[in-house]
Amino acid sequence: MNSLFSQEVPLSWYLLLSAALFSLGIVGFLLKRNLITVFMSIELMLNAVNLSFVTFAHQWHEVKGQIFVFFVMMVAAAEAAVGLAIIIAVFRARATLAVDRIDLMKL
Amino acid sequence: MHLILFIVFAGFCLAGAVNLLLQSHPINSALSLIVVMTSLAVLYLLLGAEFLAAAQVIVYAGAIMVLFTFVVMLLNAGREERTLGSRATRAVGFPAVVAILAVIATVILHAQGLGSATLGEGLTNVRGSTNIEELSVVLFTKLLLPFEVTSVLILIAILGAVALARHGHGERERTGGK
Repeated sequence: MNSLFSQEVPLSWYLLLSAALFSLGIVGFLLKRNLITVFMSIELMLNAVNLSFVTFAHQWHEVKGQIFVFFVMMVAAAEAAVGLAIIIAVFRARATLAVDRIDLMKL
Repeated sequence: MHLILFIVFAGFCLAGAVNLLLQSHPINSALSLIVVMTSLAVLYLLLGAEFLAAAQVIVYAGAIMVLFTFVVMLLNAGREERTLGSRATRAVGFPAVVAILAVIATVILHAQGLGSATLGEGLTNVRGSTNIEELSVVLFTKLLLPFEVTSVLILIAILGAVALARHGHGERERTGGK
């Protein structure tokens, strides 16, 4: 029991978790049919990449990896504001959020 | 302790992400995404990134997800209709996802020299100063210009969001064209 409490976690487990979250994000992007949920899947992918940045910052004892995550967060906040405004504009124009019906630019 | 915390919160992360895919109502997906982001904040703490854990809770789980739930409620988004997606998605998309995951997992599992993490050991112990001190010194000396440029980015994003979501934006253009 004592060994369980003092045990170390290999950093590869964190990276595998990050890869799994990223893949789930891609699957959500492909599978979901609601515009807002598709956008949420993109946020999930961003978060997965952030986790691997923090893991590598821990591995190399380098603070720059964490600063990168900080910048990714800021860009994600800006992106969420503009993206959700676009979603509102699309909903006003077409009165639907289903990605199958928003096909004006399809050939 | 670290192992137990990692397993619990990694489990929360994966469960939240899977739940995001399975739920058909967007508000349920948004709430499970909040679970994912808060568990990620705990994992950041385990990796010795205290500032990022706080920022993750405030910026992601707070600000961004409030924006998402607000838009879901504003647009009164109902249950989504399940369709099977296009043929290209099934033929190329899902095999590509499996291939990407397999490649990344193989690279990680064969990587040499990856260390391990223990509780309380982060960037802190290496240089004798706390994580936030380290971060702010680099951020406000070496990376001051990128930091200031992001404030312009945020300003542009605010203006863009207001301009896009402004009411009557489309109608006025249409009547002006006639």
